[in-house]
Amino acid sequence: MKSGAQILIEGLKEQGVDVIFGYPGGVVLPIYDELYDADIRHVLVRHEQAAIHAADGYARASGKIGVCLATSGPGACNLVTGLATAYMDSIPVVALTGQVPTSLLGNDAFQESDITGITMPVTKHNYLVQDVRDLKRILREAFHIAGTGRKGPVLIDIPKDVSTAMVPDVDGPDQQPRLRGYKPNYQGHGKMIQRAADLLVKAERPIIYAGGGVISSNASAELVAFAERMCMPVVTTLMGLGCIPTDHPLNLGMLGMHGTEYANYAVTESDLLFSIGVRFDDRVTGKIETFASGAKIIHIDIDPAEIGKNKPVDVPIVGDARSVLSDLLKKVPDSCPHPEWSKKVAAWKKKHPLRYSDDGKLHPQFVIRKLAEILGEKGVVVSEVGQNQMWTAQWFRFTRPRQWVSSGGLGTMGYGFPAAMGAQVACPDQPVVVLAGDGSFQMNIQELGTVAQYNIPVKVIVLNNRFLGMVRQWQQLFYEHRYSYTELPEVHFEKIAKAYGIEGSTVTDPAMVEQAIRAALDHPGPYVLDVRIEREENVFPMVPAGANISEMIVGHHTTHEEE
Amino acid sequence: MPAHIFSVLVEDCPGVLSRVTGLFSRRGFNIESLAVGHSEQPDTSRITIVVSGNDTQIEQVKKQLNKLIEVIKVLDISEAEHVERELALVKVKAEPGAGRSEIMQVAGIFRAKIIDVGSDSLVVEVTGDSGKIAAIEDLLRPYGIIELVRTGKIALQRGSAMAAQGK
Ligand SMILES: Cc1ncc(C[n+]2csc(CCOP(=O)(O)OP(=O)(O)O)c2C)c(N)n1
Repeated sequence: MKSGAQILIEGLKEQGVDVIFGYPGGVVLPIYDELYDADIRHVLVRHEQAAIHAADGYARASGKIGVCLATSGPGACNLVTGLATAYMDSIPVVALTGQVPTSLLGNDAFQESDITGITMPVTKHNYLVQDVRDLKRILREAFHIAGTGRKGPVLIDIPKDVSTAMVPDVDGPDQQPRLRGYKPNYQGHGKMIQRAADLLVKAERPIIYAGGGVISSNASAELVAFAERMCMPVVTTLMGLGCIPTDHPLNLGMLGMHGTEYANYAVTESDLLFSIGVRFDDRVTGKIETFASGAKIIHIDIDPAEIGKNKPVDVPIVGDARSVLSDLLKKVPDSCPHPEWSKKVAAWKKKHPLRYSDDGKLHPQFVIRKLAEILGEKGVVVSEVGQNQMWTAQWFRFTRPRQWVSSGGLGTMGYGFPAAMGAQVACPDQPVVVLAGDGSFQMNIQELGTVAQYNIPVKVIVLNNRFLGMVRQWQQLFYEHRYSYTELPEVHFEKIAKAYGIEGSTVTDPAMVEQAIRAALDHPGPYVLDVRIEREENVFPMVPAGANISEMIVGHHTTHEEE
Repeated sequence: MPAHIFSVLVEDCPGVLSRVTGLFSRRGFNIESLAVGHSEQPDTSRITIVVSGNDTQIEQVKKQLNKLIEVIKVLDISEAEHVERELALVKVKAEPGAGRSEIMQVAGIFRAKIIDVGSDSLVVEVTGDSGKIAAIEDLLRPYGIIELVRTGKIALQRGSAMAAQGK
């Protein structure tokens, strides 16, 4: 005989789970008791939101499924933002929650909340386990659903009496997944692939638009091979950063609201948009009617519902990006069929580089470039949300997939620091650095307690502008400088770190930046580096919301340019 | 915008109906009618949903329904020849006398049934498509409709083929 809690822990081990981020409470006591001497690592966070962000960061950095655990009611409700974050970015996470005993369900019992009801719209699927005999099967189904097809978070709600119930430990056909309604399609349709190949060969101004789906399906090598085979320039979404190295000659960087000028021009002028694992999100397309309006569109996606959702598509290919790209690679010649286009793109790139002011003050772009220089090929870079995120996306030099961890679709402030904890647990041998805003960092700053307790050596670089910078930027540009509730008082992050027993320092002089970053990276434990940047620095280029993406506001700096 | 009738075969498990209806409200699709019951297969239910929208919206409805793990098959019944039915129960004022027999005549013409006779009311049961139900409702209104309930629409495609299309 085994208890539900035992079956749960064994089931997690069967799935290869090596770490759980969690926070205990009444109804999960039986599970915690089982964890006490299980050989699964448990990281005690300081807030359940951090548990799910950490599980998500772990998943993004490793490609494995992240797992978190929370108690019923308030604990479970604290997971909601994290589930929505993972759902929007298609990140595989399994969230376990405790629930009041089945006999009390629906009674407004102490710490009862209908978490399966609450999370229905922000999970790929969820379960309320009503009978301990279903637990083994449900666990297997949950991991299968989270990690296949279009990945995403799955929640399992486990009532206390299910955890404590004793049952014979059987493992037969009834314990196998029963998912007749779930059959993701990996292989692209041959006829569609041929039609895509025909268009790709004939195109005169083609461009690849690559997103998070490329990272998620581990298709980066195939993507780069394809781009090189046909000399095709590549733009990526925020989620796609790293699928082709920043320094690759065919890479035009990020497109969209804060994309590079040359990426947005190239997309606008293209005659074929080869879209892979993307969503045509409004932050990418700007005004959808004018987005790549002269282009035919090929769209590869594992999720049929994404194809044609926002824009009509000429060649839809439902399938796994890696599988379809491998098929396509065999169908196109090794050639550079559009030298004029390549020249035009190169000219844009030369004429409109990213830039920032060379007035000698402390600019965030400079900090990020320095960090990139020092890290080289190493490291995982995590951002919070706001200007810090866009600057990092623009100025960091990405060298490989899964090096970049950031909340794209939901844009969750407070995501970065706990996600970095998760990434660091997944990649103990890599430096993990968070670029944070002072606003975002304070949304989950309590996790300093966690990194201190477990000596998780995450480095936090606070790009401290004492503003909710991104909102301030909009107020400056679109609300006549009326800075309504976006100014933050000075905070001494170094002192806060020290109160937790964590090392830290503060930088105000650009000349000290390099040395300070090196000191942070060389420090064996966690570290907080408070960098006092230019307070009213803006992120440029910028496409105003709803405008055509080729109509960008660009800064008028006399400038440092990207090399 | 023409109405589409979706026939959705689902796992018969708790919460499945709210997943389906939640999807409609979340994505801004308007449900015009809904009917649920067990299907011919064990452990499954069939949900019939009438929804109107342009082609892109209807395509999204279908794809989003298919994404639900507990949805086994989705068929747009209205794409092909089909039969559809609704059922309504109408409680009409009917004092003993001439009115009462007129109502019974109307019911007869519509092949409706009188299923309950009260001292001053009748309950009429009528089955048909929406047009027929609207017509009898119009004819009964002058007598005084006390209460009316109707089921959602249910439908099947013609011929022996079973909804082959799924995921
Ligand atoms: C949880 C949450 N609340 C509010 C917002 C809206 N928002 C987007 S960016 C931003 C400001 C971020 O400020 P900070 O973290 O200091 O970063 P900065 O933009 O200054 O780099 C806000 C409030 C959000 N994205 N997430």
